[in-house]
Parts: sequence; structure tokens; C-alpha cells
Amino acid sequence: MVNIDISKEHDIQLITVVGEIDASSSIELDDALRSASDEGSGIIINLEGLDYISSAGLGVFISYIDELKTKRILFILFGMQPAVKEVFDILGLNQIMKIVTDKDEAIKIANEI
Amino acid sequence: MKYNLVIACNKTNLSKIRSFLSEILESHAIMELEAHKMILAVDEICANLIIHSNHCNPTKKIEVLVNIQKTDQIVFIIKDTGISFDFDQYEEPDMTEIISSKRKGGVGLILVKRIMDKIEFSTNKNYNICRLTKKIRS
Repeated sequence: MVNIDISKEHDIQLITVVGEIDASSSIELDDALRSASDEGSGIIINLEGLDYISSAGLGVFISYIDELKTKRILFILFGMQPAVKEVFDILGLNQIMKIVTDKDEAIKIANEI
Repeated sequence: MKYNLVIACNKTNLSKIRSFLSEILESHAIMELEAHKMILAVDEICANLIIHSNHCNPTKKIEVLVNIQKTDQIVFIIKDTGISFDFDQYEEPDMTEIISSKRKGGVGLILVKRIMDKIEFSTNKNYNICRLTKKIRS
């Protein structure tokens, strides 16, 4: 069960993810990222309320890396809980994706681009 | 101690499996971060079996067994009657290739391999068995 909200702060889109993303709910993350990536501005993703993510959810993030890079859209993840962060680390996604501690840091980086 | 859960092959049942495992691991005082990873690995196997081996057919069942007999390891056994998986033929995909292909799958088994100490798949007359072993650090 996951709840995903998209809002706009200045020129940046904020996606807030709360709950658990697994094979049954990853489609909702995909829908949110599809919608945000079509907008064309920077995307920051609040994962403070994300308790669990399986490969289905990670796969959604991974599938947007190239597309957003091509569109020159920066996407930044922030606020990961330690257990969730460890899953990203196991796959080395911390080396591939922009992952920061909090929203202020994410906004600062997004505005620098 | 042995525990078991039988569920129908429906993706929405994955959360039931996670709750089942979480309660067991908590009752055995497994550290939260370690428990989280073991739950993830079993979830990945169950998701693959539900989706690929059993095509999300809710009339098919999978059984999850947890065996904590020894103090230094936990064994998870997942049984199903769907299409068997040939783990010997599995080649770990390259992350660069997964990214460039833009596909949304392909990292589940990588996680299982990196989390668990031993992964065994076998098939007998009636069902397929996936056996995952995790050593517990004391």
C-alpha cells in the first residue's frame, strides 16, 4: 500500500511517497514519475515516509534514469530511512542516482542546475 | 522453530508474507536492518513465483516456510507448483544494460544473491522448492 502525491514548489516538482512499494504497488510510482517527467522541470522525491521498497519500485526509478538524463531533468531522492537506503546501496544505486539527506539539500541542488 | 504460511498467487498478498516474516524475525530478536533485508529477499522470490511462474493465478498457491532450528542460521523455503525456474541458467544482468534498456525488472534476483548466503532451487514431482539460507551474525 502506497500513497503518492505530486505538488509543485516554484519550478520544482515534489513527489512524496508514503508507505510500501512492492510488485503490487510499483505502478503507482511509475504513473507519478511518468507524469512528473512529462512536465519537464526538476523532480525531487521525498522518501521520508517510505517504509519498504522492493525491486519492482527500484526498477521504476532505474527505468527513468536514461530518459530524464536525455531530457536534462534532474531527479533527486531525499529522506530515505536507513533500511531503504541500504537496499539502494546493495545495488550501487547510490553511485548512479542523486540521493541526499533532506529536502533543503535537494532543493538547493535542483536550483543550482 | 518452524513456521509456515500458504497464500494465493496474488501480488497483493506479498504484504501478508512480509508481515508474517516480520513477526517471526522480531520474535527471534533479529536486528531490524538484517530482518528487513531477509524479508526483501523472500519477497523478491515470492513476487517472481507469483508473477512469472504462476501468472498471478489466484487459484494457485505458494507456501512460505521459515526454519530457525540452529542458532546461527535461518532457512526460508518457498514452495509452488508453477513453472520451474532454472537458476543454473541465470546470468546476473549488468546494471548499465538494465539502465539503458529502460526496463523495469531485472534487479530482484541480484538483491537476493547479495542478501542471502545460499540460494537453491529444486523441483520434485509435485512442486518447486526455493531454499534460501541466511547466516546470523551473533
